[in-house]
Amino acid sequence: MSLETLHAQLDATVRRSPDRTAVDDPGRATLSYRELGALSDRVRDRLVLLGVKPGDRVGLYMVKSADAIATIFGILKAGAAYVPVDPTAPPARCAYILNNCSVRVILTERRLEPALREEIGKLGNVPPLLLLDMDATDSLPLALMLDREDAAGRAPVAATADPGPAGLAYILYTSGSTGKPKGVMLTHRCGVSYVDWCSAVFQPTEHDRFSSHAPLHFDLSILDIYVPLKHGGTLVLIGEEMGKDPLNLAPLIAEKRITVWYSTPSILSLLAQYGKLARHDYSALRFVFFAGEVFPVPQLRAIKASWPQPRYFNLYGPTETNVCTYYEVPAQIPAERTEPFPIGKTCEHLECKVVDLDGSTVSAGDEGELVVKGPGVMVGYWNLAEQNAAAFLVDPDGTRWYKTGDLVVEDAKDGYIFHGRRDRMVKRRGYRVELGEIEAGLATHVQAKEVAVVALPDKDAGVKIKAFLSLKDGVKPSIIEMKAFSMEKLPKYMVPDVFTFLEALPRTSTDKIDYQTLKTL
Amino acid sequence: MTNEEIMRTVKEYILATFLPGEDPKALTESTQLITGGVLDSLATLELVSFLEQKYGIELQAHEVDAANLGTLTSIAALVQSKASARA
Repeated sequence: MSLETLHAQLDATVRRSPDRTAVDDPGRATLSYRELGALSDRVRDRLVLLGVKPGDRVGLYMVKSADAIATIFGILKAGAAYVPVDPTAPPARCAYILNNCSVRVILTERRLEPALREEIGKLGNVPPLLLLDMDATDSLPLALMLDREDAAGRAPVAATADPGPAGLAYILYTSGSTGKPKGVMLTHRCGVSYVDWCSAVFQPTEHDRFSSHAPLHFDLSILDIYVPLKHGGTLVLIGEEMGKDPLNLAPLIAEKRITVWYSTPSILSLLAQYGKLARHDYSALRFVFFAGEVFPVPQLRAIKASWPQPRYFNLYGPTETNVCTYYEVPAQIPAERTEPFPIGKTCEHLECKVVDLDGSTVSAGDEGELVVKGPGVMVGYWNLAEQNAAAFLVDPDGTRWYKTGDLVVEDAKDGYIFHGRRDRMVKRRGYRVELGEIEAGLATHVQAKEVAVVALPDKDAGVKIKAFLSLKDGVKPSIIEMKAFSMEKLPKYMVPDVFTFLEALPRTSTDKIDYQTLKTL
Repeated sequence: MTNEEIMRTVKEYILATFLPGEDPKALTESTQLITGGVLDSLATLELVSFLEQKYGIELQAHEVDAANLGTLTSIAALVQSKASARA
């Protein structure tokens, strides 16, 4: 098998370096390459026995763990695409995703099973569930589950599938403007071309220890997982709670001798501000990558003051292309600099250009929308014909350019400079948030008459989300009640910071909600 | 310094900082601050900084969680125990 699939790259490392540590899940488990290979083979065998075929989707609905990594490779080895779902998001949203792309099997945790069954049951048939007891302390829960299933009927060894570069590898769901998340379909070619580009530029070695800070449903996880495992390095898992807790995270990065750190700017800002970094030794760090949102220069300066020696890269790109441009932050940030750094030049495996509203290339230095083509670009959105037609600029010869929706200008020296968005999408702590999805969630409140959500830039938080509601007659809900309601309906990062109740929302002369006025309230 | 005084001070801080426009009566001693979405992870860290400065205490990493900071009642108990340990 060629190295054209993500799991073939892992298997090559398993043969080359079976005894090196592949995954370190601090305080819980470590897996050597041999163990990761064997465990993912067993997942493959079980999935094949359950009828999973190349081209199918399989749900991954569990906390990040060594088992979750082995499960991902097991799904790929069965020839299927994995669909990672946020275990901290409201169950109804997770069930929607798993039902939307009709997963054939779901690997999940026993504690999540009752709510999952109930919510998926409302939408259709519940696919077979493979349940992990994550509280098990004496062994890896995944191995225990497979043993239990084998005791009831042994799964015969199946061949590892070769779906080829065009085979679907994963579907990542992002916020959708209509109120429902949409599934970005990415192939092995997308993943492998990106991993190979990272390898060429950053030259990772088997001595590297990569952080895995991003959740598995987030596109940063692709670099985290597949780059170190291609090269025999170690993936150090950082769980959801640890990941946003700078007081505990700061010593962990030092103790684990992490060499390559990758996260959103938000967590780097938190580490600089609250992590008491001077107490620890970060001499192992070689690279700090950040992505997902703009890094304000004062906060970037703060983390560079604490961690002066690594090289810093801004990695830019939407989930639909993963990283498509990159920029190395200069070792010394000029004292007078206040504007954020550029998103930089095009990654060598892709092509970018800047176009106007008609799709024509703009004159050098003019603002326009960044569009991207090449092997890293998604196939399309799962089952959304209309959005797929709108997402691409198609040349007369059929070449497809993904329209990022990001407005940029090109600078001859620094590459692309980010100017803003063409639509109502914002980035909050690195997550993509369609304000329309928040509005759709809040509109389901029994008292809500009209809902509008705006985002305003904020010095500390990057962006603040403000919700405005007018209410039906009856008891006015408290702001606390609205926050708790939002927590039930939306992922945490979509919960508005501020709620304001108005008699009626302001309207424009054409009777549309006047968002410009709302931004000034 | 009584528990009531601490709760009043922290309540005023949370209302002013994280709940602008809220009716003060809606924030009770048992309102779920973390699981109820009043304090996200960033807001929790801001609250910790406020408590450390206001009361001259230092919270350890393992103390920053929903059990200790989840309600006004638990916050007051934590501040009292840290302040008395220091005295």
